[in-house]
Amino acid sequence: MALVLTEEQQMLKDSAKEYLKEHAPVAALRKLRDERDEKGYNPSVWKAMADMGWASLTIPEAYGGLDFGYTGLGQILEETGRTLTASPLVSTVLLSTTLLNKAASDAQKEALLPAIAAGELLVAFASEESGVHRPLHITTSYTKAGDTYLLNGKKQFVLDGHVADKFIVSAKNEEDAISLFLVDADATGVAIERLTMMDSRNAAHVSLKNVHTNELLGVAGEGAALIETSLDIARVGLAAEMLGTTQEAFERTMSYIRERKQFGVPIGSFQALQHRAATMYGEIENCKSIVLAALQAIDADSEHLPRLASLAKAKLGETAQLVTNEAVQFYGGIGMTDDEEIGFFLKRARVAQQTFGDYNYHLDRYAKMNGY
Amino acid sequence: MSITQFRTETRAWLEANCPKSMQKPVKKFTDLYWGGSKPYFDSEDQKIWFERMYERGWTVPHWPKVYGGGGLNKEEAKVLKQEMKALNCRPPLYSFGISMLGPALLHFGSEDQKLQYLPDITAGKIWWCQGYSEPGAGSDLAGLQTRAEDKGDHYLINGQKVWTSYADKADWIFCLVRTNTEGRKHAGISFLLIDMHTPGVSTRPIKLISGASPFCETFFDNVKVPKTNIVGEENGGWAIAKYLLTHEREMIAGIGEPAEVPLHQNAIDTIGLSNGMLADTILRPEIARWSMNNEIFKMTIARMLDEAKQGQSLGAKSSFLKYYGTELNKEKLELKLAATGQTGLVWEGEAYDDGHLPKYFCRTKGNSIEGGTSEIQLNIVSKHILRLPS
Ligand SMILES: Cc1cc2nc3c(=O)[nH]c(=O)nc-3n(C[C@H](O)[C@H](O)[C@H](O)COP(=O)(O)OP(=O)(O)OC[C@H]3O[C@@H](n4cnc5c(N)ncnc54)[C@H](O)[C@@H]3O)c2cc1C
Repeated sequence: MALVLTEEQQMLKDSAKEYLKEHAPVAALRKLRDERDEKGYNPSVWKAMADMGWASLTIPEAYGGLDFGYTGLGQILEETGRTLTASPLVSTVLLSTTLLNKAASDAQKEALLPAIAAGELLVAFASEESGVHRPLHITTSYTKAGDTYLLNGKKQFVLDGHVADKFIVSAKNEEDAISLFLVDADATGVAIERLTMMDSRNAAHVSLKNVHTNELLGVAGEGAALIETSLDIARVGLAAEMLGTTQEAFERTMSYIRERKQFGVPIGSFQALQHRAATMYGEIENCKSIVLAALQAIDADSEHLPRLASLAKAKLGETAQLVTNEAVQFYGGIGMTDDEEIGFFLKRARVAQQTFGDYNYHLDRYAKMNGY
Repeated sequence: MSITQFRTETRAWLEANCPKSMQKPVKKFTDLYWGGSKPYFDSEDQKIWFERMYERGWTVPHWPKVYGGGGLNKEEAKVLKQEMKALNCRPPLYSFGISMLGPALLHFGSEDQKLQYLPDITAGKIWWCQGYSEPGAGSDLAGLQTRAEDKGDHYLINGQKVWTSYADKADWIFCLVRTNTEGRKHAGISFLLIDMHTPGVSTRPIKLISGASPFCETFFDNVKVPKTNIVGEENGGWAIAKYLLTHEREMIAGIGEPAEVPLHQNAIDTIGLSNGMLADTILRPEIARWSMNNEIFKMTIARMLDEAKQGQSLGAKSSFLKYYGTELNKEKLELKLAATGQTGLVWEGEAYDDGHLPKYFCRTKGNSIEGGTSEIQLNIVSKHILRLPS
């Protein structure tokens, strides 16, 4: 498949760019932060995003979706990365909807997907149990109690855990088999502690104490494979978002060094900065390639997805770190001020780098996949 | 014919016609057929492979048929390349005529020149070399001094080129010469084709750190060249030179021994595994990092070619590709040396592959110098892509 966008995908991207620039720029994130907004995102913006179909891109038509594919969703994510738009797109659409598409029963899909497509239901994936990405390291337990299951454990850094209506919870039984469950956020025994992260977005610790649910998601005991493939898709989607963040930080920095003068000349004329800029340009070109190849691999159901997902998440982690660091350095003193927006990119990049596995995690995984 | 059908037929034809010995990685100079007026085939298979491919126009598959090419469109040419790669087929003919002069002639040459030179390139009859650099004009190429004086019906050439790859084997040289000594230095350069057999042309090989001596000093002492040998306008050679350099850079970017043993396998072979991981725990992430960058870079080459319109060059993007590809290749050889220790440093002896590894290691150091240095490529990206002020 050619590594270029189709016309429809390009149109979607262009329209997303236009909308976000107008309605959800970096200034909007700053406002949410400064006002200590209870939700951490703007529900009317989210509603508008859903109305434009952004929550339905990966939902089948039978359930009110557009079935447009992940390459399309990736374009939206990239654009939200440019504007640092806080929204439930990653938690509910990229991650939870993927899990539901893969594992939910017809009845569950019927109940959940149309509501997600309409922007009326938020679902968060409660799986990680430490600050470091270890997706299958699960101690939360489940036992069967009559018709229902009983869940006990503590989940950490659940994306959008403070606003979710429902959780998808991973848990293990006595035989160490992993299963997934649907749990209402207001179920008895669920306690939520909101966290505010460096990027001014939100996560939460979610503890489960004797929580009852009768909603198993997928086949009992087969949760591990489900988690891995869904996470791979989420890794690629997040890499797409990071591509937007990285490009925007880079482009702003280039504009800045073309204008800012010292010694009577634009600082962009100094070769010490030029060569670093040219190197970053190249790494960003590489980022574009791997993100597009990995998005296409999701849509093509490719067996190479795990490798491509690790490549994408590692490369974007590496490049986002490089570019956001250099951005602050190229701006000089003003780059250290909260008034200037460039610092927001640095902060978002660091959180996105850790989410779903950082550079080292994916480098190690890539080496293992290649037999060393 | 549909593209799927083209693929199926191409694959079948390659399987039936490419000799098994031509489906092995290229390791040394003579593994490739370079053509020229004194052709040298390393084996009967090499000759058969060249002749079969030439008959189809597939020594240069994407050139028009009138010029001896295969007349394939962009998509078909890509499929052929992919299928050749899948079978590990060597290129049937390798030359600077194909990768450098040809594209420039197609773009800037007169119809007569195209008909005169291109078919001989596809047939491998003429060995071309590139006469750009001079002792005083390397990175600052436009500072070149080799003089071409107008003598009515011919030019009289005096001067010296240097680092001219394979000049001692070449039949013809495409040269940048100074036709005007006044005004802007870029505006006094012409692109001239010179027969190396003309009286007054001489070459002297230079030995490289790798031990080989593939490049030369080339001298011009009162060499008479017909005026019809000029490509494009007099004093209009700089645009051609730059155009041709982008092709050279695209070619160098894809450098590296193709489809060989992957780097990590080299390391496993010499260092071994422990608990399923490379036993050298410090080298392991370095090899993984290189491999990831290499895999992603291949995608970038593919993507940039996909994005470029049919027949268009990549322009300044080729500078990034050249920079990144050559730095990767150098890094790969560093890692290979790290993985093989002292064994990888033995310079002679059959048991040590006649020192192929350390010699190739030395050769890769030139990758980021030839065709414009890495620093010059970064300058070009800064200026022409990022539009940073000078
Ligand atoms: C293996 C090999 C094959 C070659 N084959 C050919 C051939 O077939 N035909 C041909 O014409 N030429 C050929 N060359 C020559 C090649 O193009 C030149 O060597 C190259 O352009 C550099 O020029 P130079 O050697 O004069 O180095 P210099 O220009 O003197 O450069 C020396 C150093 O200074 C740096 N530098 C120079 N200018 C700048 C700047 N503006 N900004 C920052 N850094 C700068 C360079 O990057 C380099 O690191 C070949 C070279 C090699 C190594």
